[in-house]
Parts: sequence; C-alpha cells; structure tokens
Amino acid sequence: MGAGYPGTPSTETLESFARMEGVYAEWAPNEKVALEVAAGASMGGARSFVTMKHVGVNVAADPLFTLVYTGVGAGLVLFVADDPGMHSSQNEQDSRNWGPFARVPVLEPSDSAEALEFTREAFELSERFDTPVIVRSTTRVSHSKGVVQLEGERKELDQTAYQKDVAKWVMMPAMARGRRLALDARVDEMTRLAEESPLNRIELRDSALGVVTSGICYQYVREASPDASVFKVGQSFPLPAEAIRRFAGSVERLVVVEEADIYLESRLRMMKVSVDAIELPKSGELSPGLIARALGFAAPSTRVAPSGLPPRPPLMCPGCPHRGAFYALRKVKAIVTGDIGCYTLGTLRPLASMDSCVCMGASIGMAHGMRLAGQGDDGPVVAVIGDSTFAHSGITGLLDLSYNCGDATVCILDNRVTAMTGHQPNPVSGVTLQGRQGAATDIEALCRAMGIRRVRTVDPHDLEASQTAVREEVASDGVSVLVFRAPCALLIDEKEQPYSVDEELCTACGVCIRLGCPAISIGEGSKAEIDVTLCVGCGDCVQVCRFEAIEPTGPACDIGGV
Amino acid sequence: MSPGTVTVMLAGVGGQGTILAADVLAKTALAAGFDVKLSEFHGMAQRGGSVDTVVRFGERVYSPLTDPGGADHLVAFEMTEAARRLPYLKLDGRLLVNSRLIDPLPVMIGDLERTEGVEESLVSEGAVFLDAEALACEAGSPKSANIVLLGALSTGLTFGREVWAEVIAGRVPASTVEVNLRAFELGRKACGEGGECLA
Repeated sequence: MGAGYPGTPSTETLESFARMEGVYAEWAPNEKVALEVAAGASMGGARSFVTMKHVGVNVAADPLFTLVYTGVGAGLVLFVADDPGMHSSQNEQDSRNWGPFARVPVLEPSDSAEALEFTREAFELSERFDTPVIVRSTTRVSHSKGVVQLEGERKELDQTAYQKDVAKWVMMPAMARGRRLALDARVDEMTRLAEESPLNRIELRDSALGVVTSGICYQYVREASPDASVFKVGQSFPLPAEAIRRFAGSVERLVVVEEADIYLESRLRMMKVSVDAIELPKSGELSPGLIARALGFAAPSTRVAPSGLPPRPPLMCPGCPHRGAFYALRKVKAIVTGDIGCYTLGTLRPLASMDSCVCMGASIGMAHGMRLAGQGDDGPVVAVIGDSTFAHSGITGLLDLSYNCGDATVCILDNRVTAMTGHQPNPVSGVTLQGRQGAATDIEALCRAMGIRRVRTVDPHDLEASQTAVREEVASDGVSVLVFRAPCALLIDEKEQPYSVDEELCTACGVCIRLGCPAISIGEGSKAEIDVTLCVGCGDCVQVCRFEAIEPTGPACDIGGV
Repeated sequence: MSPGTVTVMLAGVGGQGTILAADVLAKTALAAGFDVKLSEFHGMAQRGGSVDTVVRFGERVYSPLTDPGGADHLVAFEMTEAARRLPYLKLDGRLLVNSRLIDPLPVMIGDLERTEGVEESLVSEGAVFLDAEALACEAGSPKSANIVLLGALSTGLTFGREVWAEVIAGRVPASTVEVNLRAFELGRKACGEGGECLA
C-alpha cells in the first residue's frame, strides 16, 4: 500500500505508484496520518510506502521517531523529497539529518534509475533490519527524467501473518527502554555492514583529486571534473567510516561536494577524515558549473542578457476563484494571516492582501495570536486557508480559536481540490487517489460542530456578495467562518466565452487592472486590453467595470490577432 | 560537459506547453537511440511564471541541468524569456524565438516598464524568429504552437521526421494528432533546412 500528502517535488511519486496494478494508494489529510496508516499496514504484514516533501517529515516526525523503536512488520519505506533552492517551498531542509537524529537509515539515489533500484533495496533493508527506511530525493532527482531499464519479473510477496507482540509494538516506558537497546544494536550492525554496502560505490580515476558526494551532486561532479576519483555515497546513514578513510588515503586531495547542509562533511570530520574545504554556496541548488568553479576550472564565456528585464512572478490563473476573495479582503484593509497554497500568491501586487505564510495550517493559530497581541482594532484580522490545507492542519487551529473564545474571521477558500501541487483530490472533494467516491467533508457542518455560530458560504465570483459577506463577518464579534466556494479555474473544461474591451467605452480608470488577472493588461492610451487566448470568461472584470466597456467576444483564431 | 552531449533549453511562460514539448523532444532522442535526461524548472504556480526545461542527449548524460554557456539550442516561446535565458546559450548556439511578447504581471499592472529593445538585442544575438501562434492557427489550433516550435527546432537536429511524427502521435491527445502533425510540418517548413525562418 502507499499513502502520502501532496507536496512538490514529491507528489508524482505516489501518483505513479497509484497507477500500478494491484496496489492500494491513498492521499491522507496530512503526512502524520499517512505514516500512521502505513505503520498499521506494515504491522499488519503489508509492505508500505509513504511519500512527502521535506517539510512533511516535520509533521510525520512524531510517529517516525517511535517507529524506529517498534520497527516494522512488512517493509516500511518513506520517500522524502527535499527542495534545495526553494522552487516551491517555504524553507530548505536537508532530510539526511533525520538519519542520525531519528537513527533511521537514509538512502540517496542520484537519478531515476537509482530511485527505482534504491527503493527496492530500501524495502529489503527495512525487513532485514526491522526498521523504517528513508529514501531521500531532491528537486533535481524528482523533477528530471532519465532512462530506466526495467529488469526481471515483478516479484509478488505473500503477506506476513500478524502476531501480537506488545513488547515490540506498545511503546510504554518499560517496553520502549528494551526497544531502545534493540535500536542501538541495529544501528551498530548497520554501520558495520555499511562498509560492504553495494549502495556506496568507489570510482578510482586520477588520484590527484578525490570527491565524496551523494545524490544529484554525483551527476554534477562527473561533468565538472570527469577525471576525479569519486566516493559515491548511496547510503547517507549510517556511513561506512573505514571505507571512506581508505578512499581518503588513496587520493592526494579530498573534497566533499554536497547541496543543502554540510551533512557529509560534518560526518567525515567527526571520523577525523581530512577534508579540503572548497567554496560552494551555502544554500540553493548546485550545478556542474558551480562545482567546476569551486574546483578551480574556468567558466566558459557567455552571452549577456539585456539589463533590467522585468521578473515574471507566478500568478493566479485567469478565472481563479481566489481573486474575488482577496479583492474583497483588500477592500476592508484586513491583516491577513495566510497559509500554503495557490492563494499565497494573494501576497503579490496588485491584490497584496496577505501578511504571513509560515507552514501548513498556521494561518488560524496566528490570527488568534495576533488578536491576543491586541491587533485588529484598526483593521480586522482574518485568516485565509485553502480546503486541503484546512483538512491538513487547519481544523485543530480552528478548534483552538473556538475553544479559547477567540475573535477572528477565518476564510476557507474551497476550490474543491489541492490545486498548487497539480490537482489532487482531498477529503473535501471526497474523491480518493484511485478514483473511489469517499465521504466528502462538510466544512460548514464541521465548523458548526465546533460551536461556531457564524458560518457563511459565498461564491467568490459574485464580487458584490463577497464584499458584503467580508464586511459583515469582520464586523461581527467572536469567531466567524466564511467559506468561499467555487471550483479551481483549471478544473473547468468548458470555457465560457472570452471578453474584450470596447476602446470607445473604456476610460482607462484602471479598476479591472487591480484584479491582477493575467489576461488583462494596460494597453494603448492606458486603456485596458484583454488577451482572448488567456481569458476564460469568468466575468470578474465585467462586475468591476463601471462603464460597461467589457463585452463578450469570439474565440482566439477567429478574430486573428493572437 | 560530456563530449558529444547536445543540450536544448526550452524557455517560456506557464501554460505555453513547454513541458510537453520537452517531453516530446526527450522521447524522440530516446527513440533515436541516445541516453537522455530532462529537467524542469518552474516555480510554485500552475501557470503564468517562467517555465524552463532542459533536454540533454548523447552517448552518456550525467547532469540533467546545464549552466550558463551550456546550451546548444535555446528555443524561446516568448521574447522576454528568450532574453532572460540568453546567457545559457553557447556563443555558437542556435537561438530560435517565437515572435510573441507576453508582459509579466508587474508590467501589465503598470508597476514596471516594459524593457525597450528586447527584440533588437535578440536580432543582434543572431535570433531566428517565427510566429508560432499564427502557424498553429493555420494548423488548426493555437494550442499547437509548442509543436510548431519543435518543428522549427527539428531542422537543427539529426532525428528523422518519421521518428518525430511517431513520438508526437503517441504523446498528444488522440483528437489532436492531425493538428499537431500539421503544426510540426509548418514549423519545420518555416525554418527550412538552412535554419532561416520565413514566417
């Protein structure tokens, strides 16, 4: 079985798994639940696979740190994808650190083919050593494609029988102390066997330079310095100290090349291996060129981009239902504690209506805290959270707000899907990862069950109704919940007729521009222009135009000018 | 860089179909017998931000990404993105540009000025231009502009057109195969075998 919570760049792993024959796969509301489901399945004798992004491990860390004590039934593997460079994340975390921290084995594939091979090996290790195992990927491994040779027949394993064993599975202190000794013995044994692990590989070439590296950086090193000898670490925890010392002794100069934290280098220094420090960036992604420069190779001459090019930030799609919600929030000058999802883009101009974004579910607790700190007397304090994020970690925050007599408005932007990561279904839509129809959570009923009396639903594409609802809810005392409900624009297959601007009627007032729709721009004479190839006909702009200058038009190819 | 590895960068804006185009290119290189790696660079949004993909093929490819001065071909789906990614193109690389300008949001809402002279600097960098959307409409759908650009790119690569056609037919939605094959041919014709775009 497989379980997980969507998170870039890990999402596609479970989606691909779910398409395989004869497997069960589900999106859980969050990573902690996903790991707990997998732990139960493992305890019950089924091999289990859990996927998440780096920050998801923080959520799942509670069961993880104890599952290394209990060990597993059938194999239990966590696939964790880090995001150096923060392409799509709120922080950089190096998941290799969970190895020594939780005493959990960590494997690091360096490309697509190794991802398959190492995951297979992770299940073998998990069962052989009775431990969960982490397979750690990064953006550049997960978001690249390479050639994978599939070898041999798929091996069907019989499910192992469940046998009650409270000394192994009930982690109350007396039993946990016994399991702690078993855990330490296991790490010692795995450290000893790491010396011979086929996951680590020594490639001896020129002895002038030896590089210890792992993951994607191995591929970069091969291009940056093709003649260098390489110790390719495939198992980052536990590390083989003797093998690394022998390698260090066989080269004249030893360097470590790694992205994110200086994990390997720190471990090598603890082993008293002499490492020659090279200057690599402390954060962000590496590349063959950055490594080549650090090793002293000259950069190629390059062309120069014209200066002052405008940046192209990501933005809300044409027809995005979040736009109406932020348009209304901007009108009341709210302090908005935000959350994680497409709607985080509400921070950017021209909507510019979000004040914070920290982690999944933080918006509601932070709104409560802002009110406790006395904020909100001049402008209202509003939490904004999406449907999937609400299910992930927002429910407990709302429970806290309601239970502790809080006073804030919570806007739940329900677009029926986990949009940012590529449209995964969730408990609010009720459809499961493998297309079954499960129970759809009734958000309004759930909020009322927490004792919240003011729970209201509005269509964000009805701009006037949205503004009225926001105005009234922020003016009310106590907790109020405002559910903005309309499907993600990308879920709508049948586009409405696009709109265009009547130049005669447009007065260049700029109101429609302030919606921040990518289809509307300032054209000649400061008048608005609508790109018919982008417009999906949501009609938000028609509602804000006071001069009736926006009207339906024909499809893109018919009118020529694209 | 590994000797003999060819690096193609496709630069565009979210929603323009760069990722599908890169996928078709990678699968074509694979079908032609090469080792291939493909890498996507896109930010947090589904659409609207810059989207770059890199496809590298050769006898043995290690890195899926490239550095400034590393690309043999830069195929830009939009002119600002062409200018932004210029440093990645080798000095003797081929620059193929869709003659379309999509202003980023800060320009559209009047926060920033459009940079003057982008097209001129692309010309001085030896860019070959074509109007992919016009040719895509001629093929039957504006959405096939990405395949028009692949057709244009194909004149600078060694894969046979039947290999391309087979991969395109297997990769695009069944109902759009004919449109996309027409789009590919129009792009190919526009850029001729000598690399000069006519449109």
